[in-house]
Amino acid sequence: MSIERSNVVLTKEDFASDQMVKWCPGCGSHAILAALENVFPKIGYKAEKFCLISGIGCASRFPYYVNTYGFHSIHGRPNPIATGVRVNNRNLSVWVISGDGDSLAIGGNHFIHTIRRNVDLNMLIFNNQIYGLTKGQYSPTTPFGRITKTSPQGTIEQPFIPGQIVLGANGTFYARAIDKNLKLMQDVMFEAARHDGTSVVEILQNCVIFNDGTHEAITNRETAEDRQLILKQGEPMIFGKNRDKGLVLGAKGLEVVTIGENGITEKDILVHDMTTQDPSIHLMLAQMKLPDYPVALGVIRSVEAPTYDQLLEDQITKAKAESKIQCVDDLLNSGDTWEI
Amino acid sequence: MAKDKLQFVEKESVVIKFVGDSGDGMQLTGTLFSDTSALNGNDIATFPDYPAEIRAPHNTVAGVSGYQVHVGKKIRTIGDKCDVLVAMNPASLLANLKWAKMGGTIIVDADTFEEKAIEKAGYKENPLLDGSLSSYNLIAAPITSSAKRVGQELGMDNKSAERTKNMFALGMVSFIFDRNIETIAKSLEVKFKKKPEVAKANIEVLKAGYVYAESIEALESRYHVQTAELEKGRYRNISGNIATAWGLLAASEKSGRPLFLGSYPITPATDIMVELAKHKSLGAKVMQCEDEIAGICSTIGAAFAGSMAVTSTSGPGFSLKSEALGLAVMTELPIVVVDVQRGGPSTGLPTKSEQGDLNQALYGRNGECSCIVIAATSPSDCFYSAFTAAKLAMEHMTPTILLTDGYIGQGSELFRIPKMADMPQIVPPIAEANDPDYAPYRRDPETLVRKWALPGTEGLRHRIGGLEKTDVKGAVSTDPLNHEKMVQYRRDKVLRVANDIPEQEVFGEKEGDLLVVSWGGTYGQTMVAVKEMQQQGQKVSLAHFKYISPLPKNTAEILASYKKIVVCELNAGQFVNYLRAQFPQFKYEQYNKFQGLPFTTAELTEKFNQIIKEK
Repeated sequence: MSIERSNVVLTKEDFASDQMVKWCPGCGSHAILAALENVFPKIGYKAEKFCLISGIGCASRFPYYVNTYGFHSIHGRPNPIATGVRVNNRNLSVWVISGDGDSLAIGGNHFIHTIRRNVDLNMLIFNNQIYGLTKGQYSPTTPFGRITKTSPQGTIEQPFIPGQIVLGANGTFYARAIDKNLKLMQDVMFEAARHDGTSVVEILQNCVIFNDGTHEAITNRETAEDRQLILKQGEPMIFGKNRDKGLVLGAKGLEVVTIGENGITEKDILVHDMTTQDPSIHLMLAQMKLPDYPVALGVIRSVEAPTYDQLLEDQITKAKAESKIQCVDDLLNSGDTWEI
Repeated sequence: MAKDKLQFVEKESVVIKFVGDSGDGMQLTGTLFSDTSALNGNDIATFPDYPAEIRAPHNTVAGVSGYQVHVGKKIRTIGDKCDVLVAMNPASLLANLKWAKMGGTIIVDADTFEEKAIEKAGYKENPLLDGSLSSYNLIAAPITSSAKRVGQELGMDNKSAERTKNMFALGMVSFIFDRNIETIAKSLEVKFKKKPEVAKANIEVLKAGYVYAESIEALESRYHVQTAELEKGRYRNISGNIATAWGLLAASEKSGRPLFLGSYPITPATDIMVELAKHKSLGAKVMQCEDEIAGICSTIGAAFAGSMAVTSTSGPGFSLKSEALGLAVMTELPIVVVDVQRGGPSTGLPTKSEQGDLNQALYGRNGECSCIVIAATSPSDCFYSAFTAAKLAMEHMTPTILLTDGYIGQGSELFRIPKMADMPQIVPPIAEANDPDYAPYRRDPETLVRKWALPGTEGLRHRIGGLEKTDVKGAVSTDPLNHEKMVQYRRDKVLRVANDIPEQEVFGEKEGDLLVVSWGGTYGQTMVAVKEMQQQGQKVSLAHFKYISPLPKNTAEILASYKKIVVCELNAGQFVNYLRAQFPQFKYEQYNKFQGLPFTTAELTEKFNQIIKEK
């Protein structure tokens, strides 16, 4: 089923709501909001065909700020609610807005099962590695050892790498973006919308109040080019200020090499293919971390697979065509009945 | 032949209970007998009684599975005690002898009463020999060995042949009650369509059991059970859970809203999901979720999207849904939550029935959080109650809780098949595209119902959520007076449902010595008990409640008309306390039972007599 497209060209303003945006000044969410409002007109659907579902947390206030159909729900549950929406109206572009606590802690179970089913949804996970709305407790993605309100001596928990969970749950689409790169955010949001199935977009986001600079090592302008690998489909995985660093697949997995050293040329560099069914390289990319590796950004995985909502609709169509029971009267009178 | 001497005795109704090891096929045996009786023109009620374990240890009391059938002229309960008890092993006899009527018939499989099994069941002596069954008409039949012999003749292996032994017992019972075994044979042919040799073996053993009963001297008499005096019409047998599923499908068809069920397997509610999953041809979308919370949350999403949205569960699952149910109240979305109650708290008694979730349905959420609550009264009423629950939810844009229970959910009875054309209309308040007056929390001034604006509709874009919203416009708000107003709206919206439900009926005189009050799944039992008292000339009436929140408008008027009130329920007094809170001007007696078992007529009448006699 295709979602109805707008006859007129929409603009960012068509999606601006009349509500005052109440995020802290400097919060990464402002940039994410701007990115999505830019992307919606590009996607081209009628404005009323977008539906935003959120859970609880700073990120989850998002639907109030976008003039679409929106549902600000309860903590951890946007995925099943969004699933209910999409399964019951396939003519909607459904977006789940959630944070690291909402999706990966309290909503972890729904997160993996939604991905496993491959419901056609677009999930934006605002990963600021902290609980912001409750004022600074550690989350499932907070780095080991970090001091927070509930870990005064440092956390003693290993953090999740969201990409590992997505791929572990057989995810069909996983992308990573950062709040400081508007264009990249827009690009991956657009790709997420185009993908049929559960599209997970992890956005590395700064929390200016409770976890300021948590992604600074990645986003710092001085070093960004050396520390970010921006993936492009069909292109070699090259990065660095001088575009001389790249990835090769060695005996122990991915290795960072320098082009021009040890006989390495550009054609030795691994070419990104987000469409391979085998997730092994996608997983290696998702797991890369500083300082040994750059952090992979962009669409890491996008593979085709049937969606839950499509399969369910197909079964209904088939049953309607084949079953003897076409209305409730048929049902009531089916099987053993008798006249008295 | 012995049968020449046997006289037919006329009975208004009889209760038969088939018990054996789980795996002995007692559920099938009971179902075949009840279906045949229904086809024979009897009114019926049935109830399966099985352990929580799929296969508990062989030959132990823990592993006993049973199926009780009550057939006759006018049947409302499964009957207190049985006229015929069929026990396939010592453990099942030990566990069920207390349910056999004094002087009743007990049929046992004599082959199973060997030393080891007798000891394992917990008997010290062989009960067939020690005289302990002398008050019953005991028929010790060689059931297993007979089944095996028939099987051998058909060339079956011993193990397969032994599995047909339940049919030998059924054959015997069919002779005693003059059932047509050809009807049963036809059902077996359908059931084992893909295995004709199994069908044949079962039918041969069934016939052998019938012939055996015909030939023995031990039988005292045969019975003719009176046929039902029922309203003319087309009938079928139906269990409460199937009726619930069908009632929901009926509401979906009448409202034009496709049915969505988001659910998670839980005893004894699972059958509702299993049944709905079969009916995709009627557009029913069934999603087996990862947990109970996803069950209700997908349901809320479905309701937001404009479907007739339902989640089904039992007590522990209902607890897990509490927070999300509050969200549905706050967002004023029409969802139906079906709670097939079981013994609690916690895992409790998963396969036994109780009415312990009423407080949870009424109060089990944070904040001031009213829902509509209705309770089905019998297996066939589950159809109408489920239909009504969906109708009220959609027309009043309010989550509605339907309480049934394990007893009526799994029990079955005759169901007069309605015509869809005769069912009431359901008209959900769907907002029109581009309605210039649309606002998320604008309400109908009479009913306080807001409009259902479906995502995708042009000109109605809006946001809802769990945060308190301003009246009409629906912006996020913490304004104290606005909050108070919205709480009152949500509460009054539920109270005004009383304008759309029937007045409470009373069975019996409009005034008298005693008003028996009951609710939900106990209807059959309290009705039979009250009728019995009335026949004895007592001034007793019954008010059996189906609409719990809100209560019917004439409730206080009814309660005021009797000298005494007794509230009977299968919990420690949840409905009586609800009535005390609403109508403190009356004095209430209460009769409570929480054994995982239904009321018996005898215990109810004893209690009623005692209350009437007390000064």
